[in-house]
Amino acid sequence: MASVDALIEGLAGVGYIASRRIATALYMAVHLQKPILVEGSAGVGKTELALSTAALLSLPLIRMQCYEGLDESKALYEWKYGKQLLYTQILKDRMGAQLAEAGGGMDEAMDRLHGIGDLFFSEPFLEPRPLMKALREDDGCVLLIDEIDKSDEAFEAFLLEVLSAYQVSIPELGVLKAKTPPIVFLTSNNVRDLGDALKRRCLHLHIPLPDAALERKIVASRVPGIEAKLTHELVSFVQSLRTLDLRKSPSISETVDWARALILLNAESLDGEVVRDSLNVLLKFEQDIAAVEPQIVELIRRPLA
Amino acid sequence: MQGAMEDFLRALRAADVKVSPVEAIDAHLTVATVGFADRELFKDALCATLAKTADEVTRFDETFETFFARETFQLEPPPPAGKDGEPEGLPPEVQNSELAQMLLNGDVSALAQAMEAAAERAQVSSIRLSTQRSRLTRRMLEEMGLGQIEQIIAAAKKLEDARSQALVARLESGKKALTEEAQRFVERQHELYASESGKNLREELLARKALNAEGGIDPADLVMMQALVKKMAKRLADRYSRRRNKAQLGHLDVRRTLRRSMAYGGMPFEIVWKTKKVEKPNIVAICDVSKSVAAAAQFLLTFLYSLNEVVDRMEAFAFSGRMISVNDVMDEHKVETAIVEVLKKIGFQQTDYGKSLEDFCDLHLDQIDRHTTVIFLGDARSNYADPRVDLFATIQKRARAMIWLNPEPESYWGQGDSVMQRYLPFCHVAKPCNTLGQLERIIEDVLRTYIPN
Repeated sequence: MASVDALIEGLAGVGYIASRRIATALYMAVHLQKPILVEGSAGVGKTELALSTAALLSLPLIRMQCYEGLDESKALYEWKYGKQLLYTQILKDRMGAQLAEAGGGMDEAMDRLHGIGDLFFSEPFLEPRPLMKALREDDGCVLLIDEIDKSDEAFEAFLLEVLSAYQVSIPELGVLKAKTPPIVFLTSNNVRDLGDALKRRCLHLHIPLPDAALERKIVASRVPGIEAKLTHELVSFVQSLRTLDLRKSPSISETVDWARALILLNAESLDGEVVRDSLNVLLKFEQDIAAVEPQIVELIRRPLA
Repeated sequence: MQGAMEDFLRALRAADVKVSPVEAIDAHLTVATVGFADRELFKDALCATLAKTADEVTRFDETFETFFARETFQLEPPPPAGKDGEPEGLPPEVQNSELAQMLLNGDVSALAQAMEAAAERAQVSSIRLSTQRSRLTRRMLEEMGLGQIEQIIAAAKKLEDARSQALVARLESGKKALTEEAQRFVERQHELYASESGKNLREELLARKALNAEGGIDPADLVMMQALVKKMAKRLADRYSRRRNKAQLGHLDVRRTLRRSMAYGGMPFEIVWKTKKVEKPNIVAICDVSKSVAAAAQFLLTFLYSLNEVVDRMEAFAFSGRMISVNDVMDEHKVETAIVEVLKKIGFQQTDYGKSLEDFCDLHLDQIDRHTTVIFLGDARSNYADPRVDLFATIQKRARAMIWLNPEPESYWGQGDSVMQRYLPFCHVAKPCNTLGQLERIIEDVLRTYIPN
């Protein structure tokens, strides 16, 4: 974390090839202690960035997947109602006995009641959920809030306190503050626009699809043992696919999957047949496959990027 | 650096990158962390703190490049050293004028610095209008000491020896280069700080421009107005897409509370309150596409279709003599050209409100239920044909609300062949609508009626 270059190298060490912009944003996030909002289309390595950062810093990763209807009892904490119920029952029995023992009037019984420590709302009965777990990690951690755009607006508003002050208020207990602020990643697929308040609290990083050189490096790092020639060919094939008008352009994860598939098929270089057989790894829509199939030979023949 | 940063943030705001005070503080912290020795690092780091969407990143990049662009001066190199005697030959004014020294020595970086300082004194960055450019250029040059140069030139011209002539020539060319550079500098400042305010002014004017103006809308305006309509729609969508559920506090949802309590042996630990789902608007738009209304119809449709985030269902119909569904046209064409396509199909017919309402009631009356808001756009000029007010009343009875938008001002309603007065009793709202501004306000009213207070 000493410099951006060191960060690029470190991430490469754990298998994540970062562009300069990505590394700079991460560097700033750590130094300014701000959450980082990562946007980009599916499969460009948004989640992977958080995983790799955790691996690089050898911090625990706490992941929270967002979805519609996610609320604070699933994100922050919940009371262990069952145990609380048992506790009150035990308490009732014990108190009955004790109070009966004490004898005397109602006032004395009440004094005794107040004298017994009230554990009903106390930490042992608290069931921590991801956000709270992250705040309780004393040595810091990487908190990944995945696909924040899928959650409701109300939840987004609720996140603001956590993200700006790294603390949460639990009405029954008070404020819980993180000793070491976690490194927070939020990812978004742009299903809906996020609120300005949330954006303002975060650094912003948009990960675009990579250029050919960067993508070759990524493939080489993710698929060990792949021949340089095949990497070159397949990356330039994928790059030319991205220039076509497709419903879903292949992103990095598809390229990597395809590279793995080609190795399984023992392909040494691209030819029409191999590509046709494995095209479904790369393209996820029937129409896209149908549109690309007749052009395969021509696409392979294109000069390498 | 403080001043430069503030100017940069101002330029960003002018380029429509939202920079709040918190982000400004972040930007300063960023600079303190990364320093500005490495341009690329400086730019990426600032970008991460300031630009918050992909669009803003592009605008940030552009503004950054313009703001920190510094071209070097194109100066004639100073004559080769060796003529040591020369300085004494120069008139004493040259010795006194820093600017003259810089020009004669070809000290490019000192000139650039002097220009920045002069720009600050002349307050070039407060430029608002393009007409201010030449005045500000002149003031900036005067701040740099151009007056002295001019005096030296004038004085030297009177002396007719060769040395003075050479001095004049060099100073003249230096002055020319300096003026050109100053013009470029002011131009850049104008681009950074003022181009956006000019655009805003233009948008404001366009929002008030009459849509049925004689001769139609200028194609250049049209592009901007389409963009403006989308912007308005986005603004409304942002405002009204926020709330999906309205909590009705105080009403216990017994069924769900009981179900939740099962986990705790029947103890109602979790209390569930009733919530009400916020209904999304359900809109049927019926547009007259005769010549005077076509432009308004086009913008209404663009507006409504850009609202898809907040509108549940949207059906559009267009008519002049007969009625057709615009949705069918839209399957093949973009919304921006929908009306042109519709005109190809049913244009050049004589407007007939009665016939069109008949068509609608025969074929599409089932589109309207008690959740539907009907927006009727037209001038109600039916060429003296039967307006079929009875059919209009049928539609009104089925619909949640009936809104009539008329491009004509209210004083024209009911004059000549206008049957507006006869439709009027069946409209919940009838408003003149002839500018984008009015259009926005009416659609906002429609959206607001769906949002519980």
